Amino acid sequence: MSDLAWIAAALNSARAQALGALLRYFRDFDRAEEAFQEACLRALRHWPINGPPRDSAAWLILVGRNAALDEVRRRTSEEPLSDDHPLPDQGDVEATLVERLDNAHYRDDVLRLLFICCHPELPATQQIALALRIVSGLSVKEIARAFLVGESAMEQRITRAKRRIAAAPVAFEAPGPVARAERLAAVAAMIYLVFNEGYSASGGETHIRSALCDEAIRLARLLLRLFPAEPEVMGLTALMLLQHARAPARLDADGAIVLLEHQDRRLWSGDLIAEGLVLVEKALRHCRPGPYQLQAAIAAVHARAARPQDTEWAEIERLYEVLETVQPSPVVTLNRAVAVAKVHGAAVALALIEPLADRLSGYFHFFGVRGALLRELGRAGEARIAFDQAIALANTPAEAAHIRLHLDRLIEDSAPRDPAEVVT
Amino acid sequence: MRYAILCYHDEAAVNALTREQDQALMADLAVVRAQLIAEGKLGPVARLMPTTAATTLRYGHAPVVMDGPFAETKEALLGFYVVDCATFDDAIEVARRLAVPRLAAGLIGAMEIRPVSVFHPAGAET
Repeated sequence: MSDLAWIAAALNSARAQALGALLRYFRDFDRAEEAFQEACLRALRHWPINGPPRDSAAWLILVGRNAALDEVRRRTSEEPLSDDHPLPDQGDVEATLVERLDNAHYRDDVLRLLFICCHPELPATQQIALALRIVSGLSVKEIARAFLVGESAMEQRITRAKRRIAAAPVAFEAPGPVARAERLAAVAAMIYLVFNEGYSASGGETHIRSALCDEAIRLARLLLRLFPAEPEVMGLTALMLLQHARAPARLDADGAIVLLEHQDRRLWSGDLIAEGLVLVEKALRHCRPGPYQLQAAIAAVHARAARPQDTEWAEIERLYEVLETVQPSPVVTLNRAVAVAKVHGAAVALALIEPLADRLSGYFHFFGVRGALLRELGRAGEARIAFDQAIALANTPAEAAHIRLHLDRLIEDSAPRDPAEVVT
Repeated sequence: MRYAILCYHDEAAVNALTREQDQALMADLAVVRAQLIAEGKLGPVARLMPTTAATTLRYGHAPVVMDGPFAETKEALLGFYVVDCATFDDAIEVARRLAVPRLAAGLIGAMEIRPVSVFHPAGAET
């Protein structure tokens, strides 16, 4: 590996911790970022000669802090200093920081850095863009590419978001348990937004945008390393690993969605599934179920089935039932209905979703599921109406194409029906 | 003499590798492994899952199961087992059993239970 490659990797992996600590120190985002950049420049000069420091983050924090202080002193004394004045001995740098920068400090620093991006006034897309820029350190160009927008538009979006967070008050003292839990929840939601931004891609964009899924998983692992005993963080990581594992099988050659039951499961990533399953098991040991853990547990049931017909639908139904109590929502009920249809039949499932009609009247999947259930019950006319409504509400061409497939099958229904037919 | 060679890396940097980079690295390592097999030097090889998948059993007065990897610096790595278990709970149970004689000998310490993601048995290449 060339000097540049290992240094880039080390800088990138120390970024969140170093920037988070500098932000705590300066309490000003721009100054923290400048200090971090200065520290990175110095690392590029010194590390190739001295080798990597034992703790890259600690080195960057101290050097960044000193550089910023020197800058202040230089400005006040108006005394030009040589650009290359000597650095403190590297050993000392680390020794002075070892005690102060334990895991607990890093933990809250990184959490604060992520939490700042979750400012409630920022729309989701700006939160995501900001997190990718600040925490992940992606370039504006890379982020613009992932969002399929122009570079200058993305630059503007990030600048606007930064201005907004600069004006917002931020708590710099170490958060108490309640505040920490709230921050964790907000950050987890933001990371899942990053993931979904990549996961919802279809067609030719998939390859580009799946980088967002990788980045979300990287952020979740970072969070989990800092908070190793938080079952919901385990659940979130597991959920994304298990969903991402299916990515190679999710779209066909034409970019159309391939449903879970029709996916070639040999294409699923065994590594990601194995890791996701371990995390689900670890999380459930805590007996503190939350929405991410439950969704991950549901994804785990699918991942464990070698063939669609091996799926333990009764287990999925049970998990959705728990999810419904933890996080009541018509969408969760709709998903439970899919499992109910598998276990108890389409009539029971249809009865379960009829009361949702008002609240889900603008929801594509509601009509997709309703149509499929009606079709299974032989009510072709009503099924057609539901499918037409679904097409009108489709968000992507792939979704619409999928429903058209259902309509085609409706026409073929005079032929004997396949009992293992898909519901959603 | 047998030697265990333990691999330490910046985990965040390893996680940041793209799938293609990771596969290229594994392919390069497979070449070295093949040479070592030909030389009759290679025993079992394992790649471990990220530390986020780890759990640690600490034994002193009473064994305590904690999330996360073993992170103290006072203790040193003195040995390892590779076990095949159906569930994670089974693996923790095995670690508990392995801790019993140590406790009886008056030792305190920890066992990290880390899932293995890739395993090559001695001298075999798949």
